[in-house]
Amino acid sequence: MTDRVADFESLLRQALVPIDPPAELEARLEDTLGSLVGMAADELESWELSAVKDPKNWIRLARPAAAVVIGSGAAVGLVIVRTQRKRHGRRLDAANRLDLIGRTVRDLSREARRVIDDVF
Amino acid sequence: MAAPERTRDEEKERRDDAFSALYRAHLRDVYSYAYYRVGNHHDAEDLTEQTFLQAYRHFGRAQEESKGRPLRPWLIRIAHNLASNYYRDRSRRPQTPIDDAGPLSAPHTTEALVESRQDLERILAAVHELPDDRREALIMRFALGMDNREIARALDRSDGATKVLLHRAIKQLEEIVKKAEGPTDPT
Repeated sequence: MTDRVADFESLLRQALVPIDPPAELEARLEDTLGSLVGMAADELESWELSAVKDPKNWIRLARPAAAVVIGSGAAVGLVIVRTQRKRHGRRLDAANRLDLIGRTVRDLSREARRVIDDVF
Repeated sequence: MAAPERTRDEEKERRDDAFSALYRAHLRDVYSYAYYRVGNHHDAEDLTEQTFLQAYRHFGRAQEESKGRPLRPWLIRIAHNLASNYYRDRSRRPQTPIDDAGPLSAPHTTEALVESRQDLERILAAVHELPDDRREALIMRFALGMDNREIARALDRSDGATKVLLHRAIKQLEEIVKKAEGPTDPT
């Protein structure tokens, strides 16, 4: 019984041999897939370019840059305000004009460090 | 901004390379399946082309979902679905079992292994008398050399159900062939 089944399966295997695709099909498919791969890359590039050229995308593209500018400006402003607040104490403590400049620079850098620590 | 773009390009390049490898490894499988499904070279070429175009479109998702498992069953499943649509859209079935220039002209290394042309033709004709699911399971097993698990994935069935399907397909095929040969001489 097992031999008979094995024989039949062997016949079946011979009847259903794998078929090699025609050479023209291989060439055609490789061309098609090759151009598809190329086309997809081109599409990707042209999308990037059109995104920059299209005014509708400007706001979206400008948003991160604007955030950096506004954020930096606000931080600088905060450092100046905080340093200004301490100007009376510095004048009282300073021995001369040079000492006052030195104290102001030190306060500026201290406030700048504090603002940076607060932000990050 | 440049780094994510580069990553995306690299990812696309990797995916394209993987697809090329899949194409080279399984072109013969897809073509064989298509040929035995539709029964002629012309439609088999169309079906093979459509299968790979569709596979390319969905390759990224298939790769993610396969989690490293072989993609041949997925590819054959695409061909299977397209072949089903092909019959439904054009309201046709394979008129003749198989082209004259079909599998029987494929090279055999040892003549002793080859049964008579008539026997093999009878078997092929019988294969086309089987119900669709049984015929497909046999094509996948014998023409493509797929194992039960791969066939199960391609046909979206359990491993057990696939084993039963194959068993019944072979049994029914034997009966059809025996019937075609006519009654055997009892003496």
